[in-house]
Amino acid sequence: MSVQTVESERAARAEKLEGLGCKRKRVEDIRFTQGRGNYVDDLKLPAMVFGDFVRSPHAHARILRIDASRAKALPGVLAVLTAADLKPLGLHYMPTLAGDVQAVLAEDKVLFQNQEVAFVIAEDRYVAADAAELVEVDYEPLACIVDPFKSLDPDAPVLREDIKDKMEAAHGPRKHPNHIFEWSVGDKQATDEAFEKAEVTIKELIVDHRTHPAPLETCQCVASMDKIKGELTLWGTFQAPHVIRTVVSLISGLPEHKIHVIAPDIGGGFGNKVGAYSGYVCSVVGSIVLGRPVKWVEDRMENLSTTSFARDYHMTTELAATGDGRLTAMRVHVIADHGAFDACAAPTKFPAGFFNICTGSYDIPTAFCSVDGVYTNKATGGVAYRCSFRVTEAAFAIERAMDVLAQKLAMDPVELRMKNFIRPEQFPYQSALGWEYDSGDYHTAMRKAAAAVGYEKLRAEQKEKRDAFLRGETREIMGIGVSFFTEIVGAGPSKNCDILGIAMFDSAEIRVHPTGAVIARMGTKSQGQGHETTYAQIIATELGIPADNIMIEEGDTDTAPYGLGTYGSRSTPTAGAATAVAARKIRQKAQMIAAHMLEVHEGDLEWDIDRFRVKGLPEKFKTMKDIAWAAYHDLPPNMEPGLEAVNYYDPPNMTFPFGAYICVMDIDVDTGVAKVRRFYALDDCGTRINPMIIEGQIHGGLTEAFACAMGQEIRYDEHGNVLGASFMDFFLPTAVETPVWETDYTVTPSPHHPIGAKGVGESPHVGGAPCFSNAVNDAYAFLNAGHIQMPHDAWRLWQVGERLGLHH
Amino acid sequence: MIPGAFDYHRPTSVNEAALLLRQLGEDARPLAGGHSLIALMKLRLAMPEHLVDLSGVDGLKGVRREGDDLVIGAMTTQHDIIHDAMLAESLPILRETANQIADPQVRYRGTIGGNVANGDPGNDMPAVMQCLDARFRIASPDGEREISARDFYHGAFDTELHRGDIVTEIRIKAPPRGHGYAYEKMKRKTGDYATAAAAVILTLEGGRCARASVALTNVADTPLWAEEASKILAGSDLGKETLDRAAAAAEAITNPASDLHGPAEFRAKMAGVMLRRAVMRAQARAKA
Amino acid sequence: MSNHHIALAVNGKPVEADVESRLLLVHFLREQLNLTGTHIGCDTGHCGACTVDMNDMSIKSCMCFAVQADGAQITTIEGIAHADGTLSAVQEGFRLMHGLQCGYCTPGMILRAARLLMENPDPTEEEIRQGVSGNLCRCTGYMNIVKAIQYAAAKLHETPLVEAAQ
Repeated sequence: MSVQTVESERAARAEKLEGLGCKRKRVEDIRFTQGRGNYVDDLKLPAMVFGDFVRSPHAHARILRIDASRAKALPGVLAVLTAADLKPLGLHYMPTLAGDVQAVLAEDKVLFQNQEVAFVIAEDRYVAADAAELVEVDYEPLACIVDPFKSLDPDAPVLREDIKDKMEAAHGPRKHPNHIFEWSVGDKQATDEAFEKAEVTIKELIVDHRTHPAPLETCQCVASMDKIKGELTLWGTFQAPHVIRTVVSLISGLPEHKIHVIAPDIGGGFGNKVGAYSGYVCSVVGSIVLGRPVKWVEDRMENLSTTSFARDYHMTTELAATGDGRLTAMRVHVIADHGAFDACAAPTKFPAGFFNICTGSYDIPTAFCSVDGVYTNKATGGVAYRCSFRVTEAAFAIERAMDVLAQKLAMDPVELRMKNFIRPEQFPYQSALGWEYDSGDYHTAMRKAAAAVGYEKLRAEQKEKRDAFLRGETREIMGIGVSFFTEIVGAGPSKNCDILGIAMFDSAEIRVHPTGAVIARMGTKSQGQGHETTYAQIIATELGIPADNIMIEEGDTDTAPYGLGTYGSRSTPTAGAATAVAARKIRQKAQMIAAHMLEVHEGDLEWDIDRFRVKGLPEKFKTMKDIAWAAYHDLPPNMEPGLEAVNYYDPPNMTFPFGAYICVMDIDVDTGVAKVRRFYALDDCGTRINPMIIEGQIHGGLTEAFACAMGQEIRYDEHGNVLGASFMDFFLPTAVETPVWETDYTVTPSPHHPIGAKGVGESPHVGGAPCFSNAVNDAYAFLNAGHIQMPHDAWRLWQVGERLGLHH
Repeated sequence: MIPGAFDYHRPTSVNEAALLLRQLGEDARPLAGGHSLIALMKLRLAMPEHLVDLSGVDGLKGVRREGDDLVIGAMTTQHDIIHDAMLAESLPILRETANQIADPQVRYRGTIGGNVANGDPGNDMPAVMQCLDARFRIASPDGEREISARDFYHGAFDTELHRGDIVTEIRIKAPPRGHGYAYEKMKRKTGDYATAAAAVILTLEGGRCARASVALTNVADTPLWAEEASKILAGSDLGKETLDRAAAAAEAITNPASDLHGPAEFRAKMAGVMLRRAVMRAQARAKA
Repeated sequence: MSNHHIALAVNGKPVEADVESRLLLVHFLREQLNLTGTHIGCDTGHCGACTVDMNDMSIKSCMCFAVQADGAQITTIEGIAHADGTLSAVQEGFRLMHGLQCGYCTPGMILRAARLLMENPDPTEEEIRQGVSGNLCRCTGYMNIVKAIQYAAAKLHETPLVEAAQ
């Protein structure tokens, strides 16, 4: 055979595998397009009953009396649980992932509107809803705190009476009863000195407002206690099913092996489905009490107003620089509003998540950041909404601040960034706030992005439009937003990352059956990311088995190896790595079997796509399929039969995806309506497993970032009433409002990841929000508007115009 | 979200429906497309004990011409209005408005009668009806009567309708051929109520505005016919100075709530901006 | 309160049942007929996850009582594939164009797209975006949903599909 024929034959074999880099169509979609997904609310068990909550109308109030007699008298009602029922079991509070406790049902006080007060269980969901209306609760309203800057006032009302004397908490000392923690990183003294000496400084309060992940499917579960076997099965919308099992075991006292946690198909998560919620605990208790399966399904208003808000970070951000725009220091102080309980989802040692990635993509010699977490009378959470822990907030602070500095220096924002990027030869790079960035080539990415959009020409057009505006010839202004983000994902190395003491590794278990078909299970859990498709692609390339012959399973704690779940873009960096490592163990064994079969020394074999062949004798080979069969009947002496491997992967470091985004926006000054004319996103997520899925993730993440930046918000009035907690008001863009996205990429593999992949699901959200906000700010910059806070909905931008006297 | 319990009735004639509503009293609500009412029921902000479904009532659907009037049956859906050739020809503002109401699914079921009769200040058709000087035909057990859209609305969810009243049809004297029209609606997203909206009908003669009518949506607890603004436009050249005065006159009669659409002063100003834009678009469409 | 006897056709099959007045159509389909492909996303008629086809209209089944469906012809996602079990053009388009991720909005989106194409076999991108504006998707950013519907339109016209081949 000619060289060419050999190569095309090899290419054909490789293509058949649908491995790494292939735009493989998704396996999941065969059931999803036919309505055969299996979501929690689809589950129907014999004798199943339904739970529904009685919730507080007040943000802060003492509970004087609960009378459930009318509810209990309603036909079909089986039980009404209150804190008084849970207290003897020690279940009226549950531990949070952040080292705090949270009321499962309010005992003597409610601390946020819609807090859970009683749990009604009835034969069907209609009766449960009726009964919830019949539970009478008397409240004595108390003064409430909505503004986190008032939480630590000397005369502020004390919110958490349950811990008011506990001044040493999970993250160290507390300086006020409404204080949760103070967390600081960096060299304060050196930073202060750098600021004193700086030629130019900027300081801005940058607010990343409160919002909510709002997956289309709300949080829900079915708990089923088998009293005879003493076993509990809990189906639920869990991004981290194994952690939920451990938590349920710890709080219920049931042995972990008698708890079966199953996360079936999940209708989107975005961080909403990481935590443990009252509904899960009450369903479990209800099932234990009644001996019947209990289903709990959150409605949308409950979802938006109770389970897991995101953000609410108030970041006073300072940069110091030389007169020609070289950064010399960064200083940030954050007031973090955690709501009524600290139910923030983050690795235990990181009460402010990875906020210390806030030096971003820049070589900043010294930095200091500190975060004060405070309680307010708002819902709990602080979850990572489509981002790694607090990375969205960090990227927003630095990327907005860079534009503020650029304006002060009268420098172009791209030029300022280019001047301060970490240089390719500096990787692995030690940041001033303690991270080791694995790899990057920021200059190339930025240049490519600027060239792709015709950046110079856009600036020229903008100048013309500005002049025309000042001459009164147009009422439209144009903004060009630039952001260059560096993410930190893939939590994480056991040396610094754990949740409740469990190291944040993840896992894969792969079994190759005699016919060469594979089943593989991971400790992660897809909520739409397409794991069933992409993990199979990794295995396909590693083992030379067609992806179609590989079945991926996740979410059943009985069958899948322990893992920490899917959030923070960690699946590819952790379980994806575990998958590659486990596959390589199998390939090693396969090589020994092949050597035995071909009667050669192992060292005489080489791997060739889907087979081991004898070096120099390509016609002598054994395919993986042949080897799989042999693994069950024709083994080398003293070798264990079978062909399977497990890997628990403890990553040596985080991964650091990055990207360059540019947005062109036109704003109607008279209405404040902003329109995205163009959005270009260049992402570098290292090795690309499935470009089709990557692109889909980027489209989705950008759309969420667009929503957050342009109006999506959970607002409260001064009485702590949550406003707009329905899809009528909560801004989720439809196909009409959503811009068209342009995607692009560079590839800088992670040096420490087995296949060089970094994770991508959240990059577009992290990089997107500052890009939209920078575009808005850039539009008004020539009018000296100063920093304009998100969200940028029409009325707020109209107010900017009012302030600047632009309306006449 | 689960609605409270109720009894369901499906009468087959207007008379039967009106009698039922009269008999059942305050606890009964007529049901048309249901998108306002059922949502309120699921939130338990409405707990009617009886629903009287009008979908089985004969003769409430469809569009016809009667002399100078176009007559639209109350149960005609927004979808039907969008696709009706006669309306497209004679009253294109209805299609433009209907297309901006909610979303396709809602428009299949949402009816023009429900939209005008519910009294929700967020609904779009009431202002358009005032702009067009439409009349609502109302049946009740006591007989039939007609009320001008401009006299129909008293407050939020408070209209001329009494127990047992059913809006059966809407009668509109079609504006002259070649008229200009526009319904300019500012909203946060598809499916939203207006932050502010303006309906304009005008005719041109020799380049000047001969007649004009303007009405506003969702900037008070009722739709607003902007009589003063209409007078300012009529007979004018529709120049900038006129538009400024008309917008100011329109803003002056607004009294919007501060809500998640924005603060009151913003919404009042947006009424003016929508008016200007609606007039300019109507002018561009009108045949002189 | 009152119960009512209803008779309707769901996915071509006759169905009769006694239902409480307030039973929502979506619960009737999901819980009494076990057609769980129709989902509930928002409870207030904004997300379209519960979209089914009723009497040749796309409707939100969480904004409709089962009793209102008396006499109706309803198609759900379970009834939209070809009779031989192969995927319809719209379903195929969603899969090939990566028009879904978590799959939760997908049944409603597909039902809506199918109706849209029946009314407008050759929609522009703008018409597609307007046409599915009653259906929220949290995952895809809609670009690939638009492509999926374009694919289906082309396939139904039997015009060559360049993009589908990639």
